[in-house]
Amino acid sequence: MNEAEIKERVAAFLAEHDPDGDRLEFLRARFDAGLAWVWFPEGLGGLGVSRELQQVVERELAGTPELNAGVQGIGLGMAAPTILAFGTEEQKRRFLRPLWTGEEIWCQLFSEPGAGSDLATLATRAVKDGDEWVVDGQKVWTSGAHHSRWAILVTRTDPDVPKHRGMTYFICDMHAPGVEVRPLRQITGEAEFNEVFLTGVRLPDDLRLGEVGDGWRVAQTTLMNERVAIGGAPVRRGGGMVGVVTDSWRAHPELRTHDLHQRLLSLWVEAEVTRLSGVRLREQLAAGQPGPEGSGMKLSFAKLNQALSGFEVEFGRDLGYDDWTFRRSEDVDFYGRGPGYRYLRAKGNSIEGGTSEILRNIISERVLGLPSEPRVDKDVPWKDLPR
Amino acid sequence: MTLLYSEVEEELRAAVRGLLADRCPPAAVLKRIESEPYDLDLWKTLAGEIGVAGLLIPEQYGGAGASASEAAVVLEELGRGVAPVPFFTSSVLATRALLATGDTLLEELAEGRKTAALAVPFAASPYRTGAAVRLEDGRLTGTVAGVAGADVADVLLVPVGGRLHAVEGGALVQAVPSLDQTRPVATVTFDGAEARDVGECDLAEVLRFGAGLLASEQLGVAEWCLDTTLAHVRERHQFARPIGSFQAIKHRLADLWLDVVRARAAARSAATDGSAVSVAVAQSWNAGVAVHAAEEALQLHGGIGMTWEHPVHLYLKRAKAAEIALGTPGDHRAALASLVDVPGPE
Repeated sequence: MNEAEIKERVAAFLAEHDPDGDRLEFLRARFDAGLAWVWFPEGLGGLGVSRELQQVVERELAGTPELNAGVQGIGLGMAAPTILAFGTEEQKRRFLRPLWTGEEIWCQLFSEPGAGSDLATLATRAVKDGDEWVVDGQKVWTSGAHHSRWAILVTRTDPDVPKHRGMTYFICDMHAPGVEVRPLRQITGEAEFNEVFLTGVRLPDDLRLGEVGDGWRVAQTTLMNERVAIGGAPVRRGGGMVGVVTDSWRAHPELRTHDLHQRLLSLWVEAEVTRLSGVRLREQLAAGQPGPEGSGMKLSFAKLNQALSGFEVEFGRDLGYDDWTFRRSEDVDFYGRGPGYRYLRAKGNSIEGGTSEILRNIISERVLGLPSEPRVDKDVPWKDLPR
Repeated sequence: MTLLYSEVEEELRAAVRGLLADRCPPAAVLKRIESEPYDLDLWKTLAGEIGVAGLLIPEQYGGAGASASEAAVVLEELGRGVAPVPFFTSSVLATRALLATGDTLLEELAEGRKTAALAVPFAASPYRTGAAVRLEDGRLTGTVAGVAGADVADVLLVPVGGRLHAVEGGALVQAVPSLDQTRPVATVTFDGAEARDVGECDLAEVLRFGAGLLASEQLGVAEWCLDTTLAHVRERHQFARPIGSFQAIKHRLADLWLDVVRARAAARSAATDGSAVSVAVAQSWNAGVAVHAAEEALQLHGGIGMTWEHPVHLYLKRAKAAEIALGTPGDHRAALASLVDVPGPE
């Protein structure tokens, strides 16, 4: 299918469905028409065509009801590609549509207090009991668990084999008895994260995603998609975080100093070259030649966001903070809050979704082909690992 | 417009890279730097057989009529090889100055029969141009220090008061010991030299064009440094394992790779749109990345990196000299202040 043909599809769809009518009905119809994510298969919100055509659809449907990419981020960016890759036909049909329309919000039950960067050491147990699995454990840093209907969950099902081999991946029903969500207040004052306690949670076997013991491979798909999702959306030259900072710079000539001027110009350049590599990466993807550049985008955005938000606080010379009120936020709203919030929240950018240190390991081993560090835990059964 | 390389550009790259691998490996460059740094036989082949000399010259003057982005790919390869040929000084800088005039000299440059150099200091900035040479009765007098490519040029192109003057013979060119041994600079003295007025010259524009393309050469320098260092840390063992398996080294190389990835995007942007902002961005970034890559290469090679026999010093010298050439990163950042409306203190 080419650009003209997809435009015809969109026009035909718009002729039949009124964007000013019921929002949810419109989104459902859009999914059913295959215009949700065009690279997905037909019947699952897509048309089985190349991903670049999605941009055409978005352009043609501008001004019609939109998704809430913030709240639905984990569902769209991580759960959906994983379900598509590993789900049964029944799971795909059951979950993808309400995920996309936003009727059901998703969260990600991966990290644990004892398993962050070394995620494969996780200890949440799932034990088979008839047609069900019984899950016990504790997860942490779960964004949006407080309004989620479903979660993607990785558990330990075999403690007798080395850590990467004994895991199984599930879809977790967040309304099941035994799921308890507790807010985790952050340095910004708000709680976008949670601790999730799983006590005797019973999940039917048809909520398993992938084979028993294959959880690590399934999780890899999720994690790769996570980093792409965090890598950043296209911005215009001088836009995004650097735009916020330069707007503030232009508005306050009385606060400018020579030192800050030099630093801001350096950051502006770094933001621009980072933006240009994002443009180049998207061009490569569109041309069907994905380059390794994607691996580095999250790392550079994290560094840049932290430098810019730190700069902004220093420039403003304001010792106040906009609002410490404890709140349960729906998503991360960098631009809706003050410089102090931006500075504090950006500290998470180099930790969430893979720390910058882990990303540097991945780049050096998978992109640059450097040898890995010696792994002392590779052949040791999980139950014998020091903890 | 795209930031990717075209097929034609990749073919051109392969031709240049192949020739350099054959005729001009870093060991060969190293051997000749103390006697005759320039390899004029290599230049003859590059200019004549691959046709790089006339790349930027329109077909009507016998050139290839190619765009800046093709010249940029050649520069990436010449940077990778720290190739001692006058492509940048003659076929980019001097040629760009001459293009506006349509002078017949272009035909000789296109064929590679003659080589030219722009008689301005290589450290001149596009944002501050001034002439050290004065014109009286069609004759030139004055001294220009730090001119790159002058020692191998048949023609010197001298910008004076918005006009370009050609001098063939009649100037005293003295090579001086240069930081960059693969692109030495010379002091050029005119003492009532006969000159031919060849037409108008917007020197700032010519220097800006050169600065934009120099970013691609800097990318090539940085890529060689990164690749060579990666090969070294995979091979070199200490503490019973390759040193490339230590995180202290891996993380530095991952960061360097990311800097180089961004340098490639910046170089492509400067070569394809050539706007003042793109050039200033590319020079602000790439000049520093090339120097940093060479410094990291030297450090991560350990003691061998500090020796004369290892070519990494050629790259460090090229990178540091190119950082200063055609505006320092600071000059380009200062220019951005007004170009993108980030004004300084009042």
